[in-house]
Amino acid sequence: MAEYYTRMGDGSRVLMTKEKILNDIQAGMADAADMGGLPDLTPNDIEKLFEIISDRNRVVGVEPGNEVVLTYDIGQLDFTGDNGNSGNGVDVGRMESALLHERALGADTFELAHADYSIKPVKPVISNEMQTMEEIQNEIVAPYFYGAMPNAGLYYAPDGPYGNPADLMREFKIDEAMAAAEATADHLARDIEYVATRLIAAGADGFNFDTTASAGDADAVGTFKGVSALRKACPDAYINVGMAGESVMGIHGSIEFDGQIVAGTYPHQQVKFAQKAGANVFGPVVNTNTSKSLAWNLGRAVTFIKECVKVAEIPCHVNMGMGVGGIPMCETAPIDAVTRCNKAMVEIAKVDGV
Amino acid sequence: MGDTAGMAVPHFMASGMGGIRTAGDLVARMEYSQNMKIGKAKEYVAKKLGISTLEIADEYIMRGLREDLKIGVVTGVPGAPRGIAAKMNIERLLDIKINSCEIFREMTKR
Repeated sequence: MAEYYTRMGDGSRVLMTKEKILNDIQAGMADAADMGGLPDLTPNDIEKLFEIISDRNRVVGVEPGNEVVLTYDIGQLDFTGDNGNSGNGVDVGRMESALLHERALGADTFELAHADYSIKPVKPVISNEMQTMEEIQNEIVAPYFYGAMPNAGLYYAPDGPYGNPADLMREFKIDEAMAAAEATADHLARDIEYVATRLIAAGADGFNFDTTASAGDADAVGTFKGVSALRKACPDAYINVGMAGESVMGIHGSIEFDGQIVAGTYPHQQVKFAQKAGANVFGPVVNTNTSKSLAWNLGRAVTFIKECVKVAEIPCHVNMGMGVGGIPMCETAPIDAVTRCNKAMVEIAKVDGV
Repeated sequence: MGDTAGMAVPHFMASGMGGIRTAGDLVARMEYSQNMKIGKAKEYVAKKLGISTLEIADEYIMRGLREDLKIGVVTGVPGAPRGIAAKMNIERLLDIKINSCEIFREMTKR
């Protein structure tokens, strides 16, 4: 029986038969459909997914005419960062990095980033960031954002002024934990408005909010409130809201945005918050299970993202880095896996960008 | 996402429009400024360029067209507009406003 080289969610190679690949696609799909209350993929989708995964070539790509727009996170940190970001450790300047992505790496858009890639640490160096934005905007042609994670975790003890909900809950101080999360959401929203409006004033085309909800539902609500304020202050700014995971963790549990509880929502529900807040593009995420195969992870991810794209009124640029979008969770993601996940998201889930 | 050879390059090779190598930056501007989904954004840009939606991602066609339209090219061409100058030409081409150009005009106003 024919076997095909494919991958596990940790990136390691595995040989699988057609039957096993199809079984895993369907099991991944069923997991997403069950969790999110979503429709199954069609038989044609499943057949196409099998064809993509079992392709004998090292890399695959979309048919001409199906190309999409690419957006990026972490800006120049892909060159300059350490291995925590899968960075190359090459201390290239931010101007050079932006122009290399534009002119040598086919980037449709790019962004400027602080080394700590979070909203809060940008505040003390805002003038420096504005100056660099102004300088790069004079040279670059492609849309150039400022990017940062909302990262509400930096507002909790011991890094920030509010009690840490995880510690407070361990002490059964539930009301205090919820109050700390609410105060953090409001503080984050204020900081987003402070940082983002200044960078737009320095010429940024827009702002990329990366890994929204990484610290749970208060992180998400703070971000959506901050995006609403930014939209009001800068009606023409390009705003990208990318998520941290397929489901928003309920650290608070009942905190709301626009009258809706945010905890426990999935991509097809999260996109509605982003739209309401004023985002132009939404970045849905589906996390990779390292113990399952690429077929399982991709079947699951495509099921979530297809529904998100279907209900979205704004374009969706699916997150496809290490450990998301079906891509294996490892420092150097295999290019056979990356290109297969990419093609599946574009041609089956019909995303507007990656 | 880091690991440029494992992320930026394969994503570009698999499905990326190519940025200023083709018309990827222009399609991106329509997605972000008008909330257009990919199909509509491509149609808008193709119409403005006077070519098909297939051709806007063709570097053979777009290399010359971008130089003729003075909207920025990927190779080093002395005298070819880049940065703010190229973006001002993109504003006229796509009938949109670009933030950095608005600020530049404001700075040079007398």
